[in-house]
Amino acid sequence: MTLLGPDTVPRLWRLARLEYDPVRQKHVLLYPEGAVLLNDTGAAILELCNGTRTVDEIVTILTERYHADVSADVNEYLSQMADRELVRAG
Amino acid sequence: MPDNVPTTLLAELTHRCPLHCPYCSNPLELIRAEAELSTDDWKRVFSQARELGVLQLGLSGGEPLLRKDLEELAAHARQQGLYSTLVTSGLGLTRARAERLKEAGLEHIQISIQDSDPEIAERIAGVRSVRHKQAAAALVRELGFAFTINVVLHRANLDRIGEIIEMAAELGADRIELANTQYYGWGLQNRAALMPTREQVERSREIAEQAIQRYRGRMQITYVLPDYYEAYPKACYGGWGKVYLVVAPNGIVLPCHGATQITTLNFDNVRAHSLAWIWSESEAFRAYRGDTWMKEPCRSCPRKTVDFGGCRCQAFALTGDAANTDPVCTLTPLRRIIDDALHEPARPMNEFQYRYIADEPAAV
Repeated sequence: MTLLGPDTVPRLWRLARLEYDPVRQKHVLLYPEGAVLLNDTGAAILELCNGTRTVDEIVTILTERYHADVSADVNEYLSQMADRELVRAG
Repeated sequence: MPDNVPTTLLAELTHRCPLHCPYCSNPLELIRAEAELSTDDWKRVFSQARELGVLQLGLSGGEPLLRKDLEELAAHARQQGLYSTLVTSGLGLTRARAERLKEAGLEHIQISIQDSDPEIAERIAGVRSVRHKQAAAALVRELGFAFTINVVLHRANLDRIGEIIEMAAELGADRIELANTQYYGWGLQNRAALMPTREQVERSREIAEQAIQRYRGRMQITYVLPDYYEAYPKACYGGWGKVYLVVAPNGIVLPCHGATQITTLNFDNVRAHSLAWIWSESEAFRAYRGDTWMKEPCRSCPRKTVDFGGCRCQAFALTGDAANTDPVCTLTPLRRIIDDALHEPARPMNEFQYRYIADEPAAV
């Protein structure tokens, strides 16, 4: 698994775009020849990957939003997306 | 993805093309310019596709740049929220058109390359094209499109798969799709001249696997094996009428771009019906959806949820019955058709039957 450190700045793959799909009523990540349906948590994380925030900053924002420690979830999710090369470091 | 909601529409905007590749995925009976859908027809199709759930749009052909309304269509697709890929030979991609397409919101361009060896590349394409393609690739890169190079592999270029991958990296591609020839239509006509040897396939697979690791993070490489050398058939787009549909230049809607060769089916047209009706209700889309149509050995096979019986178009083309198991499958006695083909004597490149619209001048 690709581990992203707390100071890593994750960003979406240059070729990927986040879109809301009104048909499936879910966010979806679109990229060449592919699409991933996102659950609400996944979409919330990816929306914060703007290329300037660190993993730590994303964790802080979501921890405040959900009133729960989400660091493990965020790390695991971003690592999975990095394995699929849909999220890149730096 | 939810059941039977389409994700991908391939829009074959035209069958006109400056190239004459002998493995073209278009049908043998090519559709003429005067029968093509209008700009408004295509816009309506794209809107209906998005409403139906389509996310990915392939603007394909033939050569889609031969449609003068391509920029207008790309803009409309983007307004609908579709992620569009222009599938092009690169011929006709001038700076002015590339800039207009960028402005229209087109995101991804896929350029075909025939070979890394320029002489063989042009023999395969049947036309001078290498310089145009290099210029087009440079433009795509410069303007910041997502950029894929796609290559159809066969006996005449498979030994240079390593060089082809390097060439794609030098051209600045984000992705390269290496797909072995599929033997339908033109490819089937030219099968004996295109079929690689088992040794070629094995060696190219190794080179591709090494390259996938070496280029990880820089260039994405997908490699599609030739199904004739596999033990089980390919799972065509997750099964018939599951996620994929094709609109041909004249408006007929197909579950697969090779489906027109299934002469026992009638295909409905977007000029007469909505895309939603065609997708869910039409005879052609219902014919092989799910698994109730299956015969043995598919019907009782645990792999039926893995490969869905394989390709209906291939079953029809090789056995005359689209409900048969794809003869690639080693669990069916029909497999001997594939094995016989693999033992056919190879034919030379100069016997290619090039892709032409009937009555066009023949290759020189």
